[in-house]
Amino acid sequence: MKRMILAAVAALAMGGAAYADTIKIGVVGPFSGPFALQGKNFKAGIDAYMALNGSKVGDDDIEIIYRDVPQADPAQAKALAQELVVKEGVQYLAGFYFTPDAMAVTPLLTQANVPLVIMNAATSAIVTKSPLVVRTSFTTWQTSTPIAKVAKDAGVSKVISVVSDYGPGVDAENAFKAGFEAAGGQVVEAIRMPLATNDFSPIMQRIKDSGAEGVFAFLPSGPTTLGFVKAFKENGLKDGGIKFFAPGDLTQESDLPALGEAALGIQTTFHYAVSHDSPENKAFVEAAGKAIGNPAELSFPSVGAYDGMHVIYKMIEATGGEQDAAKAVEAVKGLSWTSPRGPVSIDAESRHITQNIYLREVAKADDGTYYNKEIQTFEKQGDPGLAALK
Amino acid sequence: MQTVLSIAIDALAYGMVLFVISIGLSVTMGLMRVVNLAHGAFAMIGGYIASYAARDLGLAYGFAVLLAIFGTIIIAVPIERLLYRRIYGAPELTQVLMTIGITFCIIGIANYVFGPTLKTVPLPGELQGSVDLGFRAIATHRIFAILCGLVVAAGLWYAIEKTAFGVKLRASVDNAAMAAALGVRTEIVYAVSFAVAVGLAAFGGVVGAELLPVEPYYALRYMVTFLVVVSVGGAGSIPGALVACLLLGAIDTTGRYLMPEFGEFFFYLAVIAIICVFPRGLAGRAKG
Repeated sequence: MKRMILAAVAALAMGGAAYADTIKIGVVGPFSGPFALQGKNFKAGIDAYMALNGSKVGDDDIEIIYRDVPQADPAQAKALAQELVVKEGVQYLAGFYFTPDAMAVTPLLTQANVPLVIMNAATSAIVTKSPLVVRTSFTTWQTSTPIAKVAKDAGVSKVISVVSDYGPGVDAENAFKAGFEAAGGQVVEAIRMPLATNDFSPIMQRIKDSGAEGVFAFLPSGPTTLGFVKAFKENGLKDGGIKFFAPGDLTQESDLPALGEAALGIQTTFHYAVSHDSPENKAFVEAAGKAIGNPAELSFPSVGAYDGMHVIYKMIEATGGEQDAAKAVEAVKGLSWTSPRGPVSIDAESRHITQNIYLREVAKADDGTYYNKEIQTFEKQGDPGLAALK
Repeated sequence: MQTVLSIAIDALAYGMVLFVISIGLSVTMGLMRVVNLAHGAFAMIGGYIASYAARDLGLAYGFAVLLAIFGTIIIAVPIERLLYRRIYGAPELTQVLMTIGITFCIIGIANYVFGPTLKTVPLPGELQGSVDLGFRAIATHRIFAILCGLVVAAGLWYAIEKTAFGVKLRASVDNAAMAAALGVRTEIVYAVSFAVAVGLAAFGGVVGAELLPVEPYYALRYMVTFLVVVSVGGAGSIPGALVACLLLGAIDTTGRYLMPEFGEFFFYLAVIAIICVFPRGLAGRAKG
């Protein structure tokens, strides 16, 4: 009886407070340092969503609290997440560009009663670490598997795989290999290069000597991509007829002005191109471009953040602003909507986003800028990486 | 055989690019005895200026290179007068702290002014594309970089070893007080050498931009590589730096071709071995 009264009093107190309350969302991402551009994209996506859909859900105001983890740093990510939950009292955690950071935070979720919405980190295993994780970005497996089919359809049967030697690179190598061998192709050689490689000429020589008809490559977006793509052209591989396949990280929009001519004609598969032709995307690009300042800096993490906000808004609607992580996550299982990237849904079992993967080719627009032109759609792709984990 | 030749050419090209970028640091560290960790930052400024001049203003490549060199020097001279002058002859730790601080400031400013995206320096038509060597193709700008390296090496060697200024510079470095007493205006000698070193950094930043693309973290990303070249070559020695670059370029390129999985293992193994045998670098001068 005593407990019931206490609970009633507590509910009253909380109910009173929840009325026109402020719901806080803690976003962890790289907002300074070498990856600041990706953090800026998180912020642009979030700002765009709130500009288009308002900063209120029901009667509750939404407040975003940002925390900066400049480089993959699990210990710091965990400390910041803890601080957000305990001191700031956030109801939702979101963001996370790097897998190790997200992994470090998953053990906190159940006790903190907080759902985690991943807006980028792309390793398949994260969603298995806690039932309170929902992901609105992509996985490397998800974006790298369709390109294997594209390669086989292009008449290439021998491919050399060249990836940067770190987690996502190894994921990409395995995903491509699985997909390509299932399609009847052969990966003749698999090279893993150090992340800090500047000069790719020796790698190009290796590719040439391997006798492969095509190359599958994965490097983290940024400076190394530029060196790799340029070396591919300058060492005569492009003109030598060797075909180039990669997931879309290699031709992210913010790198394209620098890649320019060298990237022309490269085919990649990815979940989002800024050029995607739909009314939803037009509205999104306009709002996000305004939020980021320079629209040329817009890239894929922004759409992950935008959809992440959509999922969080739906969670808040479903729970009426109360803190109930399990109910919130339950509410978005199977949720489907039209994202700027196309039709998407949250897979009820894995809590990962099911989406279209597009085959794109780098093309030159009339105004002389380069963009990813979507030429083929692989509909409703789940995450094949989860099956590979088992 | 073709593969061997091919690797040799890649090694030469990579080594020469390393040389062009690092030689300025060799001058500051060896001749001026300043551990200038901001060297990469000056190279980056050069890259940004050239990129801005050639891409946004549409100037010719040669003009953009000149603008980059002199623009960087103009930016660097006040920094020399206000900051570097205080650390000449100071303990290494002071120099390291001061120059790394300058580096971080420049990174922040570059990020704020130019944004975090990659910047390229558009090449003129003559340097674009590749040259067919019969058994393989090599990018024309690599050949250009090799030539630039040779010209810089010859020019610097001549200036330091054969001209009156070189004599004054070496005298000031070895014994500043005595040189000053003999009527050498050491402050001016230092200022000019610093300007030359910064100009070389900027030149290297522009010529090497195809290999090491310009972005705000350039200044830190390649700092270790520059320092390694200087320490292996022996600070202040032009032939030493040249040999070091060619040697390290060859080891790195071969290692990357044969066993890319090992990463930079062979590169650093070679560095350790050379430093063990030659603690002052291949052509290091004993401290006077």
